[in-house]
Amino acid sequence: MSNPQQLRYSKEHEWLSTAEDGVATVGITEFAANALGDVVYAQLPEVGDTVTAGETCGELESTKSVSDLYSPVTGEVVAANQDVVDDPALVNTAPFEGGWLFKVRITAEQDDLLSAEEYAQLTAGK
Amino acid sequence: MSTAPRLTALDALHRSLGATMTDFAGWDMPLRYGSERDEHNAVRTKAGLFDLSHMGEITVTGPEAVKALDYALVGNISTVGVGRARYTHICQEDGGIVDDLIVYRLGETEYMVVANASNAQVVLDALTERAAAFDAVVRDDRDAYALIAVQGPESPGILASLTDADLDGLKYYAGLPGTVAGVPALIARTGYTGEDGFELFVSPEHAVELWQALTKAGEGVGLVPAGLSCRDTLRLEAGMPLYGHELTTSLTPFDAGLGRVVKFEKEGDFVGRAALEAAAERAATNPPRKLVGLIAEGRRVPRAGFPVVADGQVIGEVTSGAPSPTLGKPIAMAYVDAAHAAPGTSGIGVDIRGTHEPYEVVALPFYKRQK
Repeated sequence: MSNPQQLRYSKEHEWLSTAEDGVATVGITEFAANALGDVVYAQLPEVGDTVTAGETCGELESTKSVSDLYSPVTGEVVAANQDVVDDPALVNTAPFEGGWLFKVRITAEQDDLLSAEEYAQLTAGK
Repeated sequence: MSTAPRLTALDALHRSLGATMTDFAGWDMPLRYGSERDEHNAVRTKAGLFDLSHMGEITVTGPEAVKALDYALVGNISTVGVGRARYTHICQEDGGIVDDLIVYRLGETEYMVVANASNAQVVLDALTERAAAFDAVVRDDRDAYALIAVQGPESPGILASLTDADLDGLKYYAGLPGTVAGVPALIARTGYTGEDGFELFVSPEHAVELWQALTKAGEGVGLVPAGLSCRDTLRLEAGMPLYGHELTTSLTPFDAGLGRVVKFEKEGDFVGRAALEAAAERAATNPPRKLVGLIAEGRRVPRAGFPVVADGQVIGEVTSGAPSPTLGKPIAMAYVDAAHAAPGTSGIGVDIRGTHEPYEVVALPFYKRQK
């Protein structure tokens, strides 16, 4: 699996896009989606919510388990992906694209975000 | 003692298929090959191929094999004909369930007991001890068999293309020795999915050959390899208990709603008889809790151990829960207080990480195939 070069990654397996006009997109990685299995329910933060870097802001349920969703940035949620709420399987089929989770107007980001190469090392052999 | 996981004869094949593997009772087993929901749906509508080689086979032979089993188990094994099988339990002296089993009668004086992987050693030890006073031999055959299951509505056609055995004459819970794809196999019409299907016990050296032949035979009808993840949702929809979840040593078969497997009418004593007679009485007059089905009104998924609540009080506990691919909703099995166990009971909640999500009590199973 390949992690897009232009994204940055958290150790909790979220990805963060480069901000445009101060707004960045958050999702979970293909590695995380594969580890979860079929996602059946996504509880996402709502528009207007404040999320905090490194803290939980939602949950993803799969057949076998539930996982907390961590925000890699601090800021205000300006969009949540209704397509994923309606069809959580998008997280599995297109984790880096149509399966994005929410968009944040960033005020601060986690200081230990990883590059694609660093994230690939983190997940190598797992 | 080594803690390295045990590998089935099909291990390399699973890895070449890209399986996500998981530890199960010390075995490295395929959890899923791709989407577990797709695998689940394939078994319901077409067919799925499972490696179940972790299951524990124990052979009991000898002139008194049947007497030994009637003493060791709660079922009436002496009424099982040659070529037939029986679902039963092995219990402790206090009536607690040690394991649930399928006993196949392979010959006049030869029986194969199939135990859950997690209990195989305990069952082997118990059978050995309980058979000691009889003219019978208990043999550990765990390494003698690989077990491949083909399950789903297309499975009879797939198997028929590979064997001359009389599958039409092979009823549910029957088993006969035969040849499949040139490989000697015990062909059993059993399973754990709620669908028609077969379990094929073969020598491990023939496992890859058989798996590949079944894969090829099923190519045109939608057969897919299927992992333990979908096996769990399939059995849950079918209302089938899983040891360690619905069945434990702290419950008797009567507590689990499976009192019918206990045959007091059989001749002679059996391990647990006195305690089970008391348990039967208690279940009939004053049942503490009952095993029920729960269907979610929302989308959050109940998991084993979550409390079941009513009016703010804990009235039960979830034993198994999962999103049901067939119903499209989360479902669970749970033990609940008898007062809340009637199908249709509403106002029940499952405490999912602090929030009481609404659930409805239903009769089991959640899914029954159309015959």
